[in-house]
Amino acid sequence: MKVAYWPGCVSRGFTPELHGSMAKVAPLLDIELVALDRACCTGAGVIAEHNQELADTLNARTFALAQQVKGADLMMNICSTCQGAQTECQERLDANADYREHVNGTLAEQGLQYEKGLTNKNFLWVLVEELGLDELRSRVKRPLTDLRVGPFYGCYIVRPVDRLGIDDELPRDTYLGQVIEALGGTVIEYAGSHKCCGFPIITMNKEVSLKQAGRHLGDAKDADADCLVTPCPLCHLNLDLQQPLAERLVGRELDMPVLHLPQLVGLALGLEPKELGLQRHVVKPTSVIDWSTSIVAGV
Amino acid sequence: MAEVHKEPQEFTLRIRRYDPESGEPAYWDEHTVELEPHRSVLEGILQARARFDGSIGIRCSCRAAICGSCGVRINGQPGLACHTHLDKAVASSRDGVIEVEPMGNMPVLKDLIVDMDQVHWKKVQRVTPWLVNKQPIPEREYIVPAYNMVDVTQSMACIQCGACVSDCLSMEVDPLFIGPAALAKAYRFVGDPRDAQQFERLKDLAEDPHGIYDCTHCFKCIEACPKGVAPMNQIMRLRRMAGDVHGINDRNNGHRHEIVFAHLIRDHGLLWEAELLPRSYGGDSFFGKFHPAAGAELVSSLPAITKALVRGKVTPMGALKPHKLPKQDLGQIHSIYDKVEGREEPYELNLYVTGYDEDESGAEGMPSAETGTPGMEPEESPSR
Ligand code: SF4
Ligand code: SF4
Ligand code: FES
Repeated sequence: MKVAYWPGCVSRGFTPELHGSMAKVAPLLDIELVALDRACCTGAGVIAEHNQELADTLNARTFALAQQVKGADLMMNICSTCQGAQTECQERLDANADYREHVNGTLAEQGLQYEKGLTNKNFLWVLVEELGLDELRSRVKRPLTDLRVGPFYGCYIVRPVDRLGIDDELPRDTYLGQVIEALGGTVIEYAGSHKCCGFPIITMNKEVSLKQAGRHLGDAKDADADCLVTPCPLCHLNLDLQQPLAERLVGRELDMPVLHLPQLVGLALGLEPKELGLQRHVVKPTSVIDWSTSIVAGV
Repeated sequence: MAEVHKEPQEFTLRIRRYDPESGEPAYWDEHTVELEPHRSVLEGILQARARFDGSIGIRCSCRAAICGSCGVRINGQPGLACHTHLDKAVASSRDGVIEVEPMGNMPVLKDLIVDMDQVHWKKVQRVTPWLVNKQPIPEREYIVPAYNMVDVTQSMACIQCGACVSDCLSMEVDPLFIGPAALAKAYRFVGDPRDAQQFERLKDLAEDPHGIYDCTHCFKCIEACPKGVAPMNQIMRLRRMAGDVHGINDRNNGHRHEIVFAHLIRDHGLLWEAELLPRSYGGDSFFGKFHPAAGAELVSSLPAITKALVRGKVTPMGALKPHKLPKQDLGQIHSIYDKVEGREEPYELNLYVTGYDEDESGAEGMPSAETGTPGMEPEESPSR
């Protein structure tokens, strides 16, 4: 499968191990990544809050670039927030022909044109809907036996359900659990799995922001999770990078490793923890990896 | 014609019971009722109360999704008990038993009844929920443009049921947050051209540390609302108007964060996190990070940053040097910014007002991430 690949900004900035691990995992799943390296940031909802037309036009440009990729089956991203921010813009562009024409008017100066109806899926959706869980299962080399994994989705990829196309037929808000199971792990249910990491207000109200992160990490710990997995690098910033501060705010030790989705998949596909950049996390994933033998827990 | 009448059948309800005066902890109580499947969960609760236990506490009045009294959580999701069919509720249950609990974020008075006065109504009062007339008052009626009127009807549709308050994730950790229902109500007047206090209202809500910039953008209230009010969307409008129309430079860094973000994307095409944080606190220039507020922020973030450096997660060079788009593409980004930001009036497509185009393919209304090109039609995808 060939995809027009939008890696996002944070996956190449503060969480480079995300983009890195995706690049390692893709060939093992026969996914050909054609990176959209001319595209710009999705705006993460913040540009839309500042100027809606600006966000819509910048993302329409990205969509147009994706539609130019010859032979691509779809566009793929690796960030819940990118998925949500892009889908929001696409909803407006696809809903109204006059508006689309207006935005395309701006793009025309650059020889670009967005055509209604792009398919844009997060890696998580691609795993379940395009590759298929049976196929994924058949490629597992090192099942995550006895590893207790808590899913952490990130708001933008589970709400609002109608915009994201989540329904009984496409229960996209259950996919992380399905993937964890397909990789041989145990899914941990806990209160925070579909809640907010708090990142959007980290610069506005740090205390409220990190209390959210701390609370969900604590709930996962109480449910005996070994680690969390997330398809969102912004959640990763609040849950991992800021975990020491979150610990202070909620007044308890957390010590909860948080993996990016491609890292978890990569481990099960037999890649080494170092190749996947697991040593780069602030909270060392010791519960996941036996560092002396590089073996996944419980195997 | 298809059959209209469906036979009554059995439904089991698991109801959360709690009486603070009893001194006993909360517990679950199960009752099986018999009703037609299209009847509401509220009717189920009322039947259980009539037939088995007269002490079950539930508040209701209209039984038709108008009064907003019967807000509860059904199988963990907030909503109106009178507006949820029994068969749908069973379908969304874990184990075939319909679980009914009181709403969250508000203290329980008894069983399914929460204290709306202490939380919800106090917050609504906080936003001056009435129109302050522009002077002079015209001799005859004010004329409000149709667009503005339709726009504010979205927040006017609120029936004050509290479902959004119940699930608000910022309120979960910050009980002082003004919250979705009250802020949606605030937009109802901010967006009304007859109101004289647009600026004052916005200034107040932007400067309050528990105001518009305390919303974590989690979409929970949009999902919760039975009336399509989409409180979060109204909050984002309040932010856009406060910062970008009135230039209110709030002390919560809300507007600065947004401006810095937009400017960094203009200059680099990609987000440069190492600059975003300090500039959001200190001000939007390369020197913003040397501002005292930015310094204090950096010191308080130090444990996280040092750890990240030690782990090689962020290399000093990587953090300090921005990643940038190629020149030609940056040029394109600039010209988009110049054109769009140069408009006299910002152009905002409000789908609540305009609705959706008729879909030519005849497929059902809402567009989603699911439809269309490039590539496979959804039907062709494997494993579906
Ligand atoms: S989007 Fe904002 S107001 Fe709505 S539930 Fe989330 S935090 Fe609360
Ligand atoms: S905004 Fe919606 S959910 Fe919130 S109180 Fe009003 S009607 Fe209820
Ligand atoms: S009883 Fe009035 S809204 Fe449910």
